[in-house]
Amino acid sequence: MSEEISLMKGNEAIAHAAIRYGVDGYFGYPITPQSEIIETLMEMAPWKTTGMVVLQAESEVAAINMVYGGAACGKYAMTSSSSPGISLKQEGVSYMAGAELPCLIVNVQRGGPGLGTIQPSQADYFQTVKGGGHGDYRLITLAPNSVQEMADFVALGFDLAFKYRNPAMILTDGVIGQMMERVKLPGFRRRRTDQEIREQCPWATLGKTPDREPNIITSLELDSALMEKNNERFQAKYRVVEENEVLYEEVKCDDADYLLVAFGSAARICLKAIEMAREEGIKAGLLRPITLWPFPGKILHGYAGKVKGMLTVELNAGQMVEDVRLAANGKVPVEHYGRLGGIVPTPDGVLDALKEKVVK
Amino acid sequence: MNVNDIVNPENLVYAKPALMNENHMHYCPGCSHGVVHKVIAEVIKELDLQEKTIGIAPVGCAVFAYKYLNIDWQEAAHGRAPALATAVKRLLPDRMVFTYQGDGDLAAIGTAETIHAANRGENIAIIFINNGIYGMTGGQMAPTTLSNMVTSTSPDGRNVKTTGGPLKMLNMLALLDGVCLATRVSVHTATAVKKTRRMIKLAFENSMAGKGTSIVEVVSTCNAGWKMTPEAANNWMVENMFPVFPIGDLKNI
Repeated sequence: MSEEISLMKGNEAIAHAAIRYGVDGYFGYPITPQSEIIETLMEMAPWKTTGMVVLQAESEVAAINMVYGGAACGKYAMTSSSSPGISLKQEGVSYMAGAELPCLIVNVQRGGPGLGTIQPSQADYFQTVKGGGHGDYRLITLAPNSVQEMADFVALGFDLAFKYRNPAMILTDGVIGQMMERVKLPGFRRRRTDQEIREQCPWATLGKTPDREPNIITSLELDSALMEKNNERFQAKYRVVEENEVLYEEVKCDDADYLLVAFGSAARICLKAIEMAREEGIKAGLLRPITLWPFPGKILHGYAGKVKGMLTVELNAGQMVEDVRLAANGKVPVEHYGRLGGIVPTPDGVLDALKEKVVK
Repeated sequence: MNVNDIVNPENLVYAKPALMNENHMHYCPGCSHGVVHKVIAEVIKELDLQEKTIGIAPVGCAVFAYKYLNIDWQEAAHGRAPALATAVKRLLPDRMVFTYQGDGDLAAIGTAETIHAANRGENIAIIFINNGIYGMTGGQMAPTTLSNMVTSTSPDGRNVKTTGGPLKMLNMLALLDGVCLATRVSVHTATAVKKTRRMIKLAFENSMAGKGTSIVEVVSTCNAGWKMTPEAANNWMVENMFPVFPIGDLKNI
């Protein structure tokens, strides 16, 4: 079947895109505001069509470890959750980074800390791009700002995850997950056969054939000298990702005096804010990181030499602003504007903050 | 006379299982793990399942199980082996999938994963080594530690009033409709090893036949953790462990 245009929620788009991409297994646990992902999958019953397995696990911990088991077989395995559930998954994320397993995790963020609120937030930025689980690892992180990108990043996330044998995350929030927009769904791809997986993923545990040694998926190495080598290999891989996979969008940046920096839903609000700013004669532009790791630090460093000031807009108390400041390296003032606890900023609020904190 | 003059097919009554490799085992002399590994290797060979088997190793003494048997393995996080096995078997339904877990892994940190995999009737085999102690970390109290048993975290003996009694996971699991085999065995005598081989074979056959979850609990010794000679540990197990964890089938359908 071919591409299809539809109107749906961001969460539903993730589910449709997963089936169409040829995902082998989804394992999840209900939590607001992302339960439509598993509900849509159960409704669609892809096990009857593509053969995709959909399983409601007993916990977030079990779900991410099911993803580990599936990923270790070279299968396209994914899970989704929201902030408190993603905290529970961090064990599995760290193990998969250590065992170099590719998978896709979706975090439809809600406000924290703790049980917090079910309203949207971007307060898991630190957790996602600075670690989350234990050990020196990195998580490929994609931040969609539309229902279309929710659908598109399923494919992008899996492609990057398998290219680098590393977990990937779609870091989105309750705004993008719940809002309905027009979306062009991709065509259906056939799920890979075991033989194709054996060829594409020679490391996969599909059963030992006589022509090879046993495949062992593990993150364990008690010999420190060898474990350091493993870590050096991971770090070398991360540098390649940082060199090659940075994605970002520039809006009206060419002549901008002031730069808004925002991702996901905050970037959507900033689009309106820069329009309003320009109506008042303030030349504002928007730099939207699409990959949060790898972070577009170099491009921001370039802008730091051109603009008079930067303002990050986030649904948190100031997290990405630290990376923007590192990139600017003192060349230009970088301020932050954010709303907390599930409150979504308005374009007026952003414009006021721009004028008050940056333009002056 | 050279040893090779004796070891010829007509005289051969015993051999190392073909699936076991040359890696030196890290297990303590006298430990039950080595025997159970050997039995698993023999059964996989007998059923001709080497190309179809995926083993899931635990965290605990058997964390390195994957080093000794020439099959594909996944190393799980502590207690999560049944979750991994669930996904593997569902994504590869024609494979034989088994977990190998100790009492800390299965009966403490992985209780939820174990019970829910069994309740769903996942077509997997669970080999459960119960020696009543945390061996790998140096002999701490386990959920299966006997009443008044001395460990490094119960130096005055396990007080069941404050720490609970020895948890009978197999009895709980046997109640679940998804479970087709719940049996308790041991490997302290040649006869017991034979019985264990029979039950592990049945568990692996159940996995292939899609009959549900099979749990084979091997009541085992940890002579190092128990601070006994291997022989004394075997005797202590018979006298003290067997009354709490009686050998035999709780369920076999």
